[in-house]
Amino acid sequence: MSPPVLEARGVTKAYGETDVLRGIDLEVRPHQAVALIGASGSGKSTLLRCMDLLEEIDDGDVLLDGEVITDPSVDPVSVRRRLAMVFQAFNLFPHLNVLENIVLGPVRAQGVARGEAEARARELLDRFGLAGREAVMPDRLSGGQQQRVAIIRALAAQPRALLLDEVTSALDPDLVGEVLGLLRELKESGMTMVIATHEMSFAREVADRVDFLHEGRIVESGPPERILAAPEHAETQRFLRRLLEGGRL
Amino acid sequence: MTSKGWPAVRETFFSWEAFRTSFPEVLKGFWLDVKLFVIVEIGVLICGLAIALARLSAQPALAPLRILGALFVDVFRGVPTILVVYLVGFGVPALELSGLPTDPVVLGGIALLLSYSAYVAEVYRSGITSIHPSQLQGALAVGLTPNQATRHVILPQAVRRVVPPLLNDFISLQKDVALVSILGPLEAFRVAQIEASSNFNYTPLIAAAALYLMVTIPLARVLDRMERRRAAR
Repeated sequence: MSPPVLEARGVTKAYGETDVLRGIDLEVRPHQAVALIGASGSGKSTLLRCMDLLEEIDDGDVLLDGEVITDPSVDPVSVRRRLAMVFQAFNLFPHLNVLENIVLGPVRAQGVARGEAEARARELLDRFGLAGREAVMPDRLSGGQQQRVAIIRALAAQPRALLLDEVTSALDPDLVGEVLGLLRELKESGMTMVIATHEMSFAREVADRVDFLHEGRIVESGPPERILAAPEHAETQRFLRRLLEGGRL
Repeated sequence: MTSKGWPAVRETFFSWEAFRTSFPEVLKGFWLDVKLFVIVEIGVLICGLAIALARLSAQPALAPLRILGALFVDVFRGVPTILVVYLVGFGVPALELSGLPTDPVVLGGIALLLSYSAYVAEVYRSGITSIHPSQLQGALAVGLTPNQATRHVILPQAVRRVVPPLLNDFISLQKDVALVSILGPLEAFRVAQIEASSNFNYTPLIAAAALYLMVTIPLARVLDRMERRRAAR
């Protein structure tokens, strides 16, 4: 088996008195899509942000391609240039148009020539059904379109892995499909992904593995068909039952 | 206008004859105000931003800068502008150090720069802190350094947000340029004062006031239009 792209070893994180991550171990191999599921506050988002070095961890290690990136000697900026993150609230830059949003990272952070970056951005917009929207400001787009632009912005840096933080949770139900469709395509093209999500049917369809987080620990991990259909851990069963009762499964 | 004193006031404040003869001199003085205003304003925009960024810097190594910035704002926002003009205008030349400016216009300009940079720094700072942290996260996530994130993502949004309060301070500075008169330069207010006392007629002061209004009213209209456009969005 090929070595993991991303790895967490005993990662802990607390905000003040509150332990958010209590020793997370996880491996993501090339082209793998790993879904993180669990209740709100279980630590999914924090784990993603810690892996992108947007948060400092208290203990443990995060490795990217075998390198310990949480070592103090590693420049977090260089790590973030190799990874990409998509947020629940899109976090597009409202003062820049679609094209400028996408090329800002490549041009400023990666040193790609503007013309080349723009050509690649247009290609991506074209591929994901947003051709012709280059000059539009983000607030003129629907939520689904905004999130697709945000995903394209993340892809523009040609990242080793894509970290997705509940990217459909802020969308109207009728707009969820277009974003999930894009992610499906990415999975098919072999993108390595870690997906924090509440969309269980999507996780079942796309993920190679589902990790269930409860109170800062991965309490159960395995192929989606097993975790979602026949969970062994009591907390996983309780979580899925609640989703079922809420009509979310 | 039906008051008992009106005829006397009309004669001493609104004499057409006095207006006509004093206006060219007052206007000449007013050019000094305008020039000083423009130069000081540019300096204020730059210094204010520098102070705001110093106060907001996060690196532990820059703690002295943060403290210095806070101290600067506390002092120069807390002291009346007229006092700063006095202290700089009369205090600096009294040091008799070579290399320091002695020109009262320059000194007055420096005093205004100190005072207004403190205000404008706080305007910038409020604008920068009003930008949601998710913007910084987004900028860092696409691989920008913290400085690049400030430069390309945070500042452009913050500056847009604080244009109206900045313009408000512009208007205020345009008027306060007259404070430099206490150091002696022949700017509009001072010229008007001299003209007034030599003829025992206050109309030149009205001429000076009219000149100030000719600049501040258009500025106020620009400000109104910006607020309206913002409200419409």
